[in-house]
Amino acid sequence: MLTLKNLTKRYDTGDLALQNVTLSVPDGQVLALIGPSGAGKSTLIRCVNRLVEPTSGSVKLNNLNLPKLSSRALRRARRKMGMIFQEYALVERLTVMENVLSGRLGYVGFWRSYFRKFPSEDVKEAYRLLDRVGLLDMADKRADELSGGQRQRVGICRALIQNPDLLLVDEPTASLDPKTSRQIMRLINELCQERGLTAIINIHDVLLAQMFSQRIVGLALGEIVYDGHPDGLTPEVLTQIYGEEDWSATIEKVDDSDESEIEE
Amino acid sequence: MIKNTALSSYPVVWDKPPFIKRAWLRWSIILGALIYLILALASMDINIQRVMEGLPRAQRFFGSFFPPNFADNQGVVWEGILESIWMAIISTVAGVLLSIPIGLGAARNLAPFWVYMMCRSIIAGSRTFPEIILAIFAVKLFGFGPFAGFIALSLGTIGFFAKLLAEDIENSSESQAEAVKATGANWFQWINYAIQPQVMPRMIGLSVYRLDINFRESAVVGIVGGGGIGATLNTAFSRYEFDVAAAILLVIIAIVMVLEYASSFLRKWVQ
Amino acid sequence: MGAMMAVLHKETDFVWRRRTTKKQVLIWISWLIGLSIVMFAWNVISEKTIWFFVQDAPRQAADIGSRMIPPKWSYIFELITPIWDTINIATLGTVIAMVIAVPVAFCAARNTSPHTTVRLFALFIIVSSRSVNSLIWALMLVFILGPGVLAGTIAIGLRSIGFCAKLLYESIEEIDETQVEAIRATGAGNLQQMIYGILPQVLPTIAGVGIYRWDINIRESTILGLVGAGGIGLQLNGSINTLAWTQVSTILLVILATVFVSEWVSAKVRGAII
Ligand SMILES: Nc1ncnc2c1ncn2[C@@H]1O[C@H](COP(=O)(O)OP(=O)(O)OP(=O)(O)O)[C@@H](O)[C@H]1O
Ligand SMILES: [Mg+2]
Repeated sequence: MLTLKNLTKRYDTGDLALQNVTLSVPDGQVLALIGPSGAGKSTLIRCVNRLVEPTSGSVKLNNLNLPKLSSRALRRARRKMGMIFQEYALVERLTVMENVLSGRLGYVGFWRSYFRKFPSEDVKEAYRLLDRVGLLDMADKRADELSGGQRQRVGICRALIQNPDLLLVDEPTASLDPKTSRQIMRLINELCQERGLTAIINIHDVLLAQMFSQRIVGLALGEIVYDGHPDGLTPEVLTQIYGEEDWSATIEKVDDSDESEIEE
Repeated sequence: MIKNTALSSYPVVWDKPPFIKRAWLRWSIILGALIYLILALASMDINIQRVMEGLPRAQRFFGSFFPPNFADNQGVVWEGILESIWMAIISTVAGVLLSIPIGLGAARNLAPFWVYMMCRSIIAGSRTFPEIILAIFAVKLFGFGPFAGFIALSLGTIGFFAKLLAEDIENSSESQAEAVKATGANWFQWINYAIQPQVMPRMIGLSVYRLDINFRESAVVGIVGGGGIGATLNTAFSRYEFDVAAAILLVIIAIVMVLEYASSFLRKWVQ
Repeated sequence: MGAMMAVLHKETDFVWRRRTTKKQVLIWISWLIGLSIVMFAWNVISEKTIWFFVQDAPRQAADIGSRMIPPKWSYIFELITPIWDTINIATLGTVIAMVIAVPVAFCAARNTSPHTTVRLFALFIIVSSRSVNSLIWALMLVFILGPGVLAGTIAIGLRSIGFCAKLLYESIEEIDETQVEAIRATGAGNLQQMIYGILPQVLPTIAGVGIYRWDINIRESTILGLVGAGGIGLQLNGSINTLAWTQVSTILLVILATVFVSEWVSAKVRGAII
């Protein structure tokens, strides 16, 4: 169970990115976070694993209050939170395998990681995950030799090898073509189902959000303006989140794809 | 999901693929490097006793940095520094001015082939020899004093500046150049409107950088008689006046810092 | 040059100016100041010049030039050891410099520096190493260690630390932070973030800077002999002092060849690595 309470973030520049966000995500729920650019979606996700330090409020993961942790305890807590990034954020000059294994860095000592001598379970698990996402042959390739979709799969493996309780996903499909986007979202969704993972997924594509999540939270100007079922996204709600626009096209598309794509 | 059957068959070890794939090549490179390192170290001719003897001198030397002697009784330090500064300025200006035609000539996209070859060989010639060797010859030809240093540093500036200018021009945007050409501009207008705006900001930054280099070099051309602070520094060393030497070094460091700051400031201002 | 561009384009009653009047005046004034500084500098230099020598220079050049031809080829055999020393000075000096420059660069880069004081100290090391020419370093070291190759090697090393560390720390500051963040998000410690997130990104720069500096150091180490710090400069100095011009031309040709070969080698190695 992840619980945010009165979470507020004000950047040094003065931008108030989050104001009093209160939200709780039960175990095993896949939650999609939508909102216009600058709404604070990335900030919210990053406040959870403290890549961004929250200004005030609490973030509790299984009764552990994350903002209060010492840097040592924080590192231990981060091991249980996998993160997937928009631009993949793979270390481009390392091999695919090293990128995947880097998910275990929190568990192995410095010298082991320096000499790339990871425990055999980790290596085996890495191969298994790569096989699962269809990249078994790519293990020795360098990350910058992969296509966008392949890179994001590696990113997913890196998050999953941590064996996390919580998955933080920041716009996983923003740099991908529509088909690959769906494949990636489906993969994330399936993996969450398989492992009973809790996930927060930032996403710009309302359609994908509706297809692959059980709950949608709309953020605007750092505040939650919608929290509910994917079907509840009416034109009025979307206007509230994103502002005035003709939303009929977006909604209609949802109806089309309902029949063919959703496989719940 | 269906791969469960394969679960037990995944490898349990993984080694990073080596940087050099061919094993024999990898090992011969490593071996060669090791052998070279041993031979090179052997040629160092390290004499422990000499080093030990040097330690007290080193201590005295570094001790004299605290405090350095800025008193400068005969005003020689001040005079040397000023001479270095003037030398650096004038040789940068002269070098840069001479570099402009040479750099234009050494840009493949501007110059006809024979001009290109000529300018490139001028550049190669002045780049190969360190300023100090140029200075030795300049002193032989022009006599002791800052004029020889000025000639040496100007030549060095040409090798540096003309090369970078030529490369920058070669990398400048083709389309902008063509657009201006299409207006019917003559060659000089074309250079003025199409090439100059593109390369100017970087060249200004580089001039200040070269001024910085020339100032530092002006501290050594004096060692071979080319004027500037180098002569004073050399004298200070040979007379064991380390506090004076320390003062000179600190002044050099300070001026280089100022120049570095100035160049970063100027670069921002120009852009 | 800026002044030349500020042409007034008169079209009936329109006057287009590139700059406002105030700015224009400012630019004129700075040109004036710059010009007078240059004039003044030139005055100082020319006052200290004996113009008779300068006028005589072409004749001198012709004279020395004719004495340099033909080079004394047999002298080459005596240059083998000095050239070997020169190359060793450059190579070992570069190795020493890189070993020290890498940690210094990490301390100097804003995003990896452990503390502001450490950062300032690292920046100070960089500036002082850069400001002092290798010949001056050699001058000091010859005094401390006695003449020889060792002094030259350390001088080259000391001079190169600042150069390499400066280029390195600038590239460390330009790395892609998200890659490091991704590693941090897995719960990796600081050193692990360094090894996995930062080092792979700057490794090509480290290699490139090392090779680049080696190339420069070959050139620099040819002159260290002037102050007794080993290498071929010793022979050059001796030959010039004894007016053995045919030896001088041989030495210059050998230096030329070494520099060309080193440039070729470094280009090859760079191509292979990056
Ligand atoms: N490092 C930072 N420093 C200062 N302000 C920041 C920083 N990061 C984000 N902000 C500000 O915080 C607000 C929220 O930014 P955030 O990146 O969380 O938005 P987002 O919803 O993720 O947007 P997008 O959809 O474009 O990714 C914005 O106003 C942004 O300008
Ligand atoms: Mg974002």
